[in-house]
Parts: sequence; C-alpha cells; structure tokens
Amino acid sequence: MLAVLNVLGSMLMLFSVTYLLPMLVSLIYADGLFLDFVYAALGCLLAGAVLASATRRHKRELRSRDGFLLVSLGWVLMSAIATVPLMLGLPGLSFTDAFFEAMSGLSTTGATVLTGLDHMAPSLNLWRCALVWYGGMGIIVLFVAVLPMLGVGGMQLYKAESPGVVKNEKLTPRITQTAKALWFVYFLITLACIASLRLAGMGWFDAVCHGFSTIGLGGFSTYDAKIGHFDSPAIEFVLIVFMLISAMNFSRHFIAWQQKSLRTYAADIEARVMLWLIGLSTVGLALYLWVQGVYPSYWTALRHVAFNLVSIATDCGFVSQNYAAWPMFAPMWMLMLSCYCANTGSAGGGIKMFRSLVLFRQAVRELMLLVHPQAVTPVKIGKQVVANQVVFAVLAFVVLYFGVVVVLTFTLLASGLDFVSSLSAIIACVNNAGPGLGVVGPASNYQGLTDFQTWVCSLAMLLGRLEIFSFLVLFTPTFWRK
Amino acid sequence: MKIIILGAGQVGRTAAYHLAREEANDVTVVDTDERLLRELQDRIDIRTVQGNGATPHTLEMAGARDADMIVALTNSDEVNLVACQVAWTIFGTKTKVARIRSTDLTCSSELFVSTENGAPDKLAGFAVDMFVSPEEAVTNYIERLIRYPGALQVVDFADSRVRLVGLRALKGGLLVGRPLRELRVHIPKSDARVAAIYRKGESIEPEGDTVIQDGDEVFFVAATEDIRAVMSEMRKLEDPVKRVVIAGGGNIGFRLAQILEEQNQVKVIEREQRRARRISDLLRNTIVLNGDAADEELLVEENIDSADVFCALTNSEEANILSAMLAKQLGAHRVMALISRPAYADLMQTGPIDVAISPQTVTIGSLLAYVRRGDVVQVHSVRGGAAEAMETIAHGMRGGKVVGRPVEDIRLPDGAKIVTVVRNEQVIMAHHDTVIENGDHVILFLADKRHVEQVERLFQA
Repeated sequence: MLAVLNVLGSMLMLFSVTYLLPMLVSLIYADGLFLDFVYAALGCLLAGAVLASATRRHKRELRSRDGFLLVSLGWVLMSAIATVPLMLGLPGLSFTDAFFEAMSGLSTTGATVLTGLDHMAPSLNLWRCALVWYGGMGIIVLFVAVLPMLGVGGMQLYKAESPGVVKNEKLTPRITQTAKALWFVYFLITLACIASLRLAGMGWFDAVCHGFSTIGLGGFSTYDAKIGHFDSPAIEFVLIVFMLISAMNFSRHFIAWQQKSLRTYAADIEARVMLWLIGLSTVGLALYLWVQGVYPSYWTALRHVAFNLVSIATDCGFVSQNYAAWPMFAPMWMLMLSCYCANTGSAGGGIKMFRSLVLFRQAVRELMLLVHPQAVTPVKIGKQVVANQVVFAVLAFVVLYFGVVVVLTFTLLASGLDFVSSLSAIIACVNNAGPGLGVVGPASNYQGLTDFQTWVCSLAMLLGRLEIFSFLVLFTPTFWRK
Repeated sequence: MKIIILGAGQVGRTAAYHLAREEANDVTVVDTDERLLRELQDRIDIRTVQGNGATPHTLEMAGARDADMIVALTNSDEVNLVACQVAWTIFGTKTKVARIRSTDLTCSSELFVSTENGAPDKLAGFAVDMFVSPEEAVTNYIERLIRYPGALQVVDFADSRVRLVGLRALKGGLLVGRPLRELRVHIPKSDARVAAIYRKGESIEPEGDTVIQDGDEVFFVAATEDIRAVMSEMRKLEDPVKRVVIAGGGNIGFRLAQILEEQNQVKVIEREQRRARRISDLLRNTIVLNGDAADEELLVEENIDSADVFCALTNSEEANILSAMLAKQLGAHRVMALISRPAYADLMQTGPIDVAISPQTVTIGSLLAYVRRGDVVQVHSVRGGAAEAMETIAHGMRGGKVVGRPVEDIRLPDGAKIVTVVRNEQVIMAHHDTVIENGDHVILFLADKRHVEQVERLFQA
C-alpha cells in the first residue's frame, strides 16, 4: 500500500509538468489565468513530493496487485488534482462539477457540465482538451514510458490500465520502450490531425484543441455548439477520418510505421468489421432519415449521419446536429454501436470489437455443437485461435459490463431521472462516448443533473475507462487479504 | 543489444533473467510452452513469443530481423544448431550461441564455423560462433572443487593461470586470528590478494590490518600453483581426495565420474536400472551401484563413512539436499549438492551441506562475458550471484581513464576493486601503485553486481 503511494507521489510530481502547456497558452492569450496555473502546478508538485518523501522507506518492486491499486488511485487522484485550475479559473464551479469535468476529460468521455465555452479562457479550454489527450493513450502508460524505475512493475500497470483482451503481447522487449512506442505514434497521429484541421479551415488554437480531443476520442470542443459551430464539411471529413484511425489498435499503427507499409492492416479483422459496420449503418441510417423526411436531400442526410454516427460509434462524442430530434431508432442505433465498435488498444471505450467478435464466435460455436455434438471447434478471429480461457474472461467482462449498466441506470432512475436520460447517460459514460439522450442529449449537456447523479456518472466513466475489472477488483475481500 | 533466447527451460530462464537485468539488453524469449512464457513474462521485463524457435517464421516474430544475437538454449542440440543456422542464413544474425550437450558434437570443432566477422568463403559447417555446454561447465566446476578440498568456489581466469578461491576460514589456518598483512611474511615466495571477506553474511573491506576470524568466508586470488599454499593459511590443509561417491548418474554425474576415475576411487549411485547399465558400460574404473541415493542401508554398506566427498547430482534438488544431509550424518567427510534455487542454496550454505553448487550461476558466466561491452573475457558469479568477479582487457592510450594510471587513481564504483593483473603471461598482484598497461588482463572483484555497467564503461576506452 505504502509502496504504491510512493510511486503515486512521483507520478504526481511528473503530472505537474503537464501544466506548462496551458501556462504557455495563458501567456500568449493573456487571459489572466497564468498565475492560477502556476499555483495549481506547484500544488501538484508539492503534493507529489510530500507523498513520495513520506513513503520513501517503503519503496519496492511493484507486484501485480499493486498495479490495480495504483492505476485506480492514480486516476481518481489525478482527476481530483486536475480540478484545481478549473475551480480557480471558474469561480462558482462546484467540486462535484469540476471533478466530473476532469474525469470526463481524462477518461476521454467528453461529457461536459460547462456552458459558455465560446467565451471561456483559452488556457482552460486547452487544459480540458489536453486532459483528453493524456487520458487517450493512458496517463499511467505515459508515466511507465518516462519512469524507468518501475521495471516489471511497469508491465503490471500497463496491463491494469490499457484496454484490451490479450495484454501479454508487447511491441518491444522492454515495457518502457513499448509505452514510448505507443506514445510516439499517438503523438505523430495527433500532429497529423492538427495540421489537417488547420488546412480544413480551423484556426491554430481550435485545431490544437480539437486535435487533442479527436485523437484521444474525447469529444471536448471549444464551442457550446461543438462541431456544429464550424458548419464545414471539410472539417467534418477530416474529423471522421481521424476518429476512425484513433478507434483502431495503436499497436497496428506502430507496426505500420515500423515496417513502413500498410500490410499489417490487411490482417486486422477488428478494424475491418468496424469499418463495415459503421459504413453500412451510415448509408442505411441516412436513407432512413431521408425517407422519414428529416432532411430534404439524401446527401445532407448522409453528411450529418456520417459525422454524428462515426463520432458516437467510435466513442468520441463530437456533435454537429441535434440528433436526439431524429426518430428514436437512429440515436438508439448509434448508442448501441458505441458499445461495440472501438478496437482493443485504441483510445475508444465500450466492450470493444474484439470481445464482440469473440462473443459472436462463441455463440456460433454453441449452435454448431447443437448440430454436431462431437465437433472440435476452436473460437477463431481471423486466423488467430482464441484460448478458452480468454473466451471465459470475455464472457465475465460482458456480464460485469451489463451488470454495471443496469445497476447504475437503476441508481439514476431512483434518483428521479427519466428512463431515456438515465439509460443513455450511463451507456454514454461507461463507453466514454459523451452525449446521451433526453436531459443529457446532444443539444444540452450534463449540467442539469443533481450532484448525486453527477457523481454516479463520474463513477461510470472511471469504470468504463479502466474496463471495470481493474477497478472492481479493489472491492473484493481477497484483494486486501494479506 | 537485442537478444533472442530460445528455450524457457532452466538454462534459458536464468539467461533471460541475467541478461534482462542489464539495462542495455532487450530480450525476447521463444518457447513452445505458453505457460512457461507467461510465468516468465510476469517476472521479468522481456517479450515472449510462442513457437518453434528453429523455424524462420517464429524467429521473425521474435524480431530476428534486427537482433544482434541469438542464444539457442533448448534442451535439444539439433534444434539449437538448426536455429542458429536459420538465423544466419535467413536473417544474417551476427552472433549465434548454441547450447550443445553431446560431447560427440563439441569434440568435432570443424562442425562449427564462426560467421561473426563476415561470411566465410565457403560455409562448411553450422554457423555457430560459440557453444555453451552447461553440463560440461558444471562438471569442470565440481572437479576443481574436489581438487581443492575445503574450497567453496574455485573459478579460473587468464587461461587458468589465475584462480579465485572462496573458502571458510577455520581455526588451524596459520593466518586465522592474525592481520592480513602477515600473509607476505608467512609465504614469502608466493603472492596472493584477498578480494573479499564475508563475516556472518556481511561484507568486510579487507585492509592490511583486517584480522581473519574463525568462520569468515574469504575470497582470494592467486596464481594457480600457489593456491594450496595460500589455502593452508586459512584452514588446516586437508589430504587430497581419494574416495568419491556420486549420487545420480545423469549427464553431470557420469561426466564427473569419467574425469575422476583415473585418480580416485569413484562410486556412482543411479536409481534407474537401464541408465546404470549404460554408464557402467562406458566407465572403466568406477563402481556403478543401482539403488536409491537416499537409502541409508545402501550408503552404510558402501562405507559412506570413509568417503572423502559425497556429491549429490541428481535432477531433483530436493533429493540432492536430503541425500547430502543423510550422507553427512552417516559420516561422509565433505558433502556437495546441486541446488538450483538461490533460496535453497542460502538455506543450506550454513547447514550440514558443505558446498551448494548452483548450476545456473556456473553456466551463465561464459554467456555474460560474450554479451558484455568492452573486452570482457570472463565473468563469474560469486556467492550465489550477489557478487561478481570479472576479467577484462584494458585498452587505450596512456593517460586514459585506466591505462597508464596506478590502481589507486582509477575511479572505480563502490565495492569494486582491481585484484590482479596478468601481463604477458605474468601474474602481478595489484597494489595501490601498480600501473595498468595497454593489453593487461585485469581481474576485478565487484561486491555489488549493480555496478557492472560502470566498470564496463570505464574499460571500454
């Protein structure tokens, strides 16, 4: 326990470095928040230093159970600390709302409780989007890349934080290098996105903020009307491309970069199924909306469906239209896609495509066994055979996932929220997608929730980002037994 | 250095552990057994790949395209040879090390062709740059221990011109209870340097006025011909070994019997009847007994009480520990046991077992020397791997960090010391004013293994 706090202390100290970026922006735009960021950074540094030095004597190699504790504590603590600039910059913001906002950023959900974003200080907007960016590839993975002392412990952290099913595969022999490699491609893709957005007509500041927010699949914007503010097909197109790239496995991107060839994508069943599913859904839904008479022309319908559907399905959460006003079938279908589409090892959330495929294959296997009781049928994804153990783990995950959704939805219902808002808010938060429907729909935001409901949503985001297991294991008695 | 290790068995695991511990190495381990790999990956920071390491596909998955070295350590000679050949032919891997168990193969050196300095005109053998034979290394190690009764560890440097010996000082040694500096007075003709002293497990810096006490563990370096004289300073010299009983007629037991049978009375106890028959066919002067080494009656019947050395060398370390303890209790003069787990070895070192031999630390030395930067000739783990003795060649111009400087001016890390210098086949014990020349073989003792890299960098020139 104390050893975990020690590492946590050094992580906090490192986290204070991330305040430099908003400080710089604050100086450039002279928005008067420079000192606030300095105080916040110093506070973070000090808190980390105190924690690290107080537990200095307990330093030791991390064990596998330390990983879960460290990651969960790290995320809660980091979100709490990240509220400081928000509360200093926006007097009157409650801690509940600030925590929600920070957690929403780090967990790449992109749900917001703030309005008046258009007139907010640039440094604060950047801070929100930067949080999304750190959280996208995993803030703990970032520390693993930078802190050499972790050794094998780094692998435990990586496993506890990064989303996916088979986590034993490393890109490189050393875990610090693997973490560096992932952050490197992540950084490159972000640069490409920022440049493309600038070319598509955004200003530099908006391009940077939206670049962070897109590649992290968060969905924070610098405008209340989000992407609707720009009303530009070019920007929407660029965002669609980069959201899809970000929803793929970053290991693939790294391998492609390393081999300087696109060959590796050909073997990526996950990405292929995702692209087909999203493509067909887009074409179909656009047709549906056109027939229903929501939009006068098919092409307008296609443009709006393409953007909003990709944004929700990849768990990014940008909005350009009030899609809640579309016939119920459309937004519900999008919400359903958000549970399945993102790939393992991507910045997106939800069940992940790989798990969905495993479940599907397992169901097919059971059907097959009904007909041929003696058949030997391994579960295969492409050419890769999935071990039975993995299938069981996937089943357990899905049970927990829906368990969490049901329990939290009922909690919101009990607190007085209507059904559509409750269900959609929880699904959107657990999947780290962002906007839900009803009270928390695309045209409004999470501001209307009570404090209690806000905390429930914060919890849902954390559970979703850490893929439930890493967090829930802390609440099992065996975890704490010596 | 990017290293691929084939085989996650005992030898492969140890190699992975030692190599990955050094910051500069990136290690990938290949094995067919997924469970072994998963276990290994949870413990050390390496990458693992499942598959047959002798196939191009698996090697490519393991990163053979840009690997600097491949170490084939599976328990099959054939797989190891083929893997090295594949790595060279398809990927052009620079350094290839194979584990070869069969003496038949190791004796035919024309089978192996080093390709390290570019391809030879005609490849007339397997592309293997170096082979390691753990069984052979362990056998030789035990043989040296038997040759010097009373020693805990004996390792060679500079083509066996110099040896490092570890032993427990006992009352009756001429120097015990006296300061170290008197060593020169006692044996004026020979020279030796005490490298380290461990008292109750704690390291003590040996100075001129350090007094050696009864029970201290002393490590000293001396020219090979002086070893016996120096040992007699530390404990009463024992008579040369005559009667040896070996428990376990496996690879190591059999080889040891082969080496010892000319000069000693050797008995081998082997449990499996067919194996016992087979080795008795091959051995000439040895009595092979078919039975259980932990069978009290068999041991008594075979006069265990008059045995000078009892070596427990079976595959099971638990059986080794128990049979060695039993033999000691029944009156064997000195007992040794092959113990792989460091934790067991620590438990046993102070108990009834006189010498615990760790096969891994014996094997890993030659491999480590090959991987290290700088011109490292030999590396030996000392005291179960906590400390290290290494031989490295000093290069460079006078006025560098090492060459041309007296020993006291060389900035070594904590706990490291230069013990001996071998210059043109001449052994020189290092004193504070000994000046290191270009091309000297320098033998260092590192009390703390973590400083290895600093020392290497120093000598890299």
